Amino acid sequence: MRSCTKMIDTGRRKFLSGAGLAAAGVAAATVVPTPAESAPARARVDYPPYRLANVRDLKPNEPLNVTYPDRDAPGVLLKLGRRVPTGVGPEGDIVGFSTICPHKGIPLSYNKSDHTLNCPGHYSRFDCDAGGQQIWGQATQNLPQYMLRVDADGTIYAEGIDELLYGRLSNVLL
Amino acid sequence: MAYKRQIDRLPIVPKDARESNVTCHYCIVGCGYKAYTWPTNKQGGATPGQNKFGVDLAKQQPADTAAWYAPSMYNIVRQNGEDVHIVIKPDKECVVNSGLGSVRGARMAEMSYSQARNTELQRLTDPMVWRYGQMQPTSWDDALDLVARVSVAVINDMGEDGLFVSAFDHGGAGGGYENTWGTGKLYFGAMKVKNIRIHNRPAYNSEVHATRDMGVGELNNCYEDAELADTIVAVGTNALETQTNYFLNHWVPNLRGASTGKKRAEFGSEEIQPSRIIIVDPRRTVTVNACEVEAGKDRVMHLAINSGTDLALFNAWLTYIAEKGWMDKAFMAASTKDFDKAVAANRTSLGEAAQITGLTADRIRQSAEWIAQPKAGGARRRTMFAYEKGLIWGNDNYRTNGALVNVALATGNIGRPGGGCVRMGGHQEGYSRPSDAHVGRPAAYVDQLLIEGKGGAHHIWGCDHYKTTLNALKFKQAYKKRTDLVKDAISTVPAGDRTAMVNVIMDAIKKGGLFAVDVDIVPTKIGQACHVLLPAATSGEANLTSMNGERRMRLTERYMDPPGQAMADCLIAARIANAMERVFREQGKNDIADRFKGFDWKSEEDAFMDGYHNHEKGGELVTYARLRTMGTNGFQEPAVDFKDGKIIGTKRLYTDGKFGGKDGKATFMETKWRGLQAEGKEAEKNKWPFLINNGRTNIVWQNAYLDQDNEFVMDRFPYPFIQMNPEDMKDLGVKQGDLVEVYNDNGSTQAMVYPTSTARRKQTFMLFANPNGVQGNVVSSGVNEFIIPNYKQTWGGIRKIADAPEGVRHLTFKSQEYVAG
Repeated sequence: MRSCTKMIDTGRRKFLSGAGLAAAGVAAATVVPTPAESAPARARVDYPPYRLANVRDLKPNEPLNVTYPDRDAPGVLLKLGRRVPTGVGPEGDIVGFSTICPHKGIPLSYNKSDHTLNCPGHYSRFDCDAGGQQIWGQATQNLPQYMLRVDADGTIYAEGIDELLYGRLSNVLL
Repeated sequence: MAYKRQIDRLPIVPKDARESNVTCHYCIVGCGYKAYTWPTNKQGGATPGQNKFGVDLAKQQPADTAAWYAPSMYNIVRQNGEDVHIVIKPDKECVVNSGLGSVRGARMAEMSYSQARNTELQRLTDPMVWRYGQMQPTSWDDALDLVARVSVAVINDMGEDGLFVSAFDHGGAGGGYENTWGTGKLYFGAMKVKNIRIHNRPAYNSEVHATRDMGVGELNNCYEDAELADTIVAVGTNALETQTNYFLNHWVPNLRGASTGKKRAEFGSEEIQPSRIIIVDPRRTVTVNACEVEAGKDRVMHLAINSGTDLALFNAWLTYIAEKGWMDKAFMAASTKDFDKAVAANRTSLGEAAQITGLTADRIRQSAEWIAQPKAGGARRRTMFAYEKGLIWGNDNYRTNGALVNVALATGNIGRPGGGCVRMGGHQEGYSRPSDAHVGRPAAYVDQLLIEGKGGAHHIWGCDHYKTTLNALKFKQAYKKRTDLVKDAISTVPAGDRTAMVNVIMDAIKKGGLFAVDVDIVPTKIGQACHVLLPAATSGEANLTSMNGERRMRLTERYMDPPGQAMADCLIAARIANAMERVFREQGKNDIADRFKGFDWKSEEDAFMDGYHNHEKGGELVTYARLRTMGTNGFQEPAVDFKDGKIIGTKRLYTDGKFGGKDGKATFMETKWRGLQAEGKEAEKNKWPFLINNGRTNIVWQNAYLDQDNEFVMDRFPYPFIQMNPEDMKDLGVKQGDLVEVYNDNGSTQAMVYPTSTARRKQTFMLFANPNGVQGNVVSSGVNEFIIPNYKQTWGGIRKIADAPEGVRHLTFKSQEYVAG
């Protein structure tokens, strides 16, 4: 099974140049030196091991509500029915996203017909087939996506998130 | 794959962080923000006592919380020479946006110059001059001396008409009262420069001459009126994308029925109906969709007229309203004149208008009813009229603007709650300048004159003609040729020999060359042709005042240092004036030199006091200190009093029924339909198959001058999109993401295909002013009688260039319209 973390786009230049308290910060520190007096502390938060579901629990295009990294952070697991670049599982079609809009924290709803998560508050739309890219909207980040791993018996684990979740200044609460 | 920042934690704003007032420096809405700064070696904590918000940050915060900020709202910047953390987040207490942040404004922190975090390192940090075959950094004194000596030499040789100027006239970033005054005092005070144009059009003129000529200033209502209106008429404005939080925070509550209580409180027993909205736009926008979601399709009327036919529709409205007698006769008698003349001249039947606009007569009649049919008990329907670039950059600007104001005046909807006839606006406003009367009317068609080889020196302030003019390809070709002549001449003498340098530049100018000076915050496209680049500071790096679309004036306080040696535009203008004074005096021309006195400003506040405070209506009541205490809510101009420590403003204009005409009356205008007015447009329409409609999109601010260096934006739209009906795509043999060439007799450009099922056949929409595909290349040079460009009515051919390049393969091309789950 491929590790999905290898397939997550890593913020390109900002990854290399330091992004404050970034998940990728430890690696970044060795790439581009920054003045010692201004360098922010760099550490990624430790995500708890989290079993979200088993591939058997998922039906094509039927969202499965989950929470991650704790019960106050709702999200969704989706078996999209077609392989996508960020997908895991035998068909490479399983993805997981936060379902809280990164604009103002309003719950998103899934539209089965076009695999999008939609915000009824201010009309933002995110494409589950395209790594949560905001199709159109008010958020200044694409939708936080789970880094997933599937083990030999089909258990789906979440092992990280690629963007900051709305309503918390640390994805794992302080 | 979508761009992700890989940020899962941000520093917490400590309790004692410094707080500064910020008004978003992008669009006209001017949302209120707060900037919090604190030393890099400190941070707040999760407990309520340890952070600025006084809440327990160890808990998930609820929707719409004030105690959260996105990674885009965070950065590390310099403040008084030290690195500091900065968070710039929307202010919940601001009545404009109530804590909402747009996809543009909520990136202000990330769009700031940061050496620590590598953001916006494109910013200009030092004056640069062309020497040794390339741009080289230098000192202010050196650069200003060259600018002054060549400018003075040009004036000596050609008079002040030989000095061409392109200058912003707006508020917000690249503008504001301080900086329009600085440039205005230089070019309209010390000099009388006539060959001057504004940032987005080729002449120095008003976008809304007609309404002003009628005695009706164009920003006459307040944002609350959108909550109080029975009907909103939106013409050529895609407010959800271009005035986002005005729409979300003031239109949507009305469309949802959430402002009924406010209406009841304001209007007492008057009948309150669920609100309606009429949207006049050839294109179905996300605004139309959002209105349908909120109000229901039966209360949203999208009038998808034939492009450029708005005028016929408005004349039909006026005619029908007059026939039905739905005018506000008391208002008209007291405050207006020439109604009968206008009705007679503009008479347009429903059938005639249907034939021109492509709508049905029934639809036009129904829309007139929505606008003016009295409510129960004969109460006047409160209708707010809002218009923007669809009208302004559209066919027959002057008459079309007048025709809409006619309808607003006839229905008594100016100066009344729930009314107004207003320009929605692009940037904020911030205009304070000496008289421009010498410019004349019509003003000089500056871009055309530059193409024709006129002028010897060109000063450019925050403008990029290469992206934001019409006939852009021909402009670029001529401009490059002329400025190259000067570049080549410069290379023939050592830079240190100033006399020789000025001489060779002047020789090149006499041979058709042009000496170009670009004042900007970033390297621009036109800057590539320039000989001197002067680095400017932007909002927040200098104190800056502006007003928004309801005339709400605020002070953005300086919260960070400008990059390198950059300075506020007003101070750059002052230093140019100082240098020109010195050169004139050296030449013994003391009478001319004396005109350049009065530029001894040390700070932007000096420029503010000299300009706005001393010259604008109510300005004597306004100071920086007072504005600071007025916070992000400020006051609505004009100021009328200062009481109990507060500046008292003006909520709506014309509430007393006195208008701007000499006799205090508003004048109806004769606005007869005359087809596609600008020269060559009708022939262009007949020749080419596709309408190349154009405008802005939510995520990109203006011409992307900052966004072009923002990964989130460039990941979404690395190239300008062109929305196209899927059937047209089939006919052209193109797929989503493919690159196409858009071409006609004016020029050509390229764009990326975005399939759009709601697009009408043969009607495309292309992102305007994008650095990676300039729509203006295919816009003809045709203008109206006052040199207002017509960007919107452009027709061309389209052909495939290439399959989708690598940079767009990760993109989503799904519909931009929200759908309920």
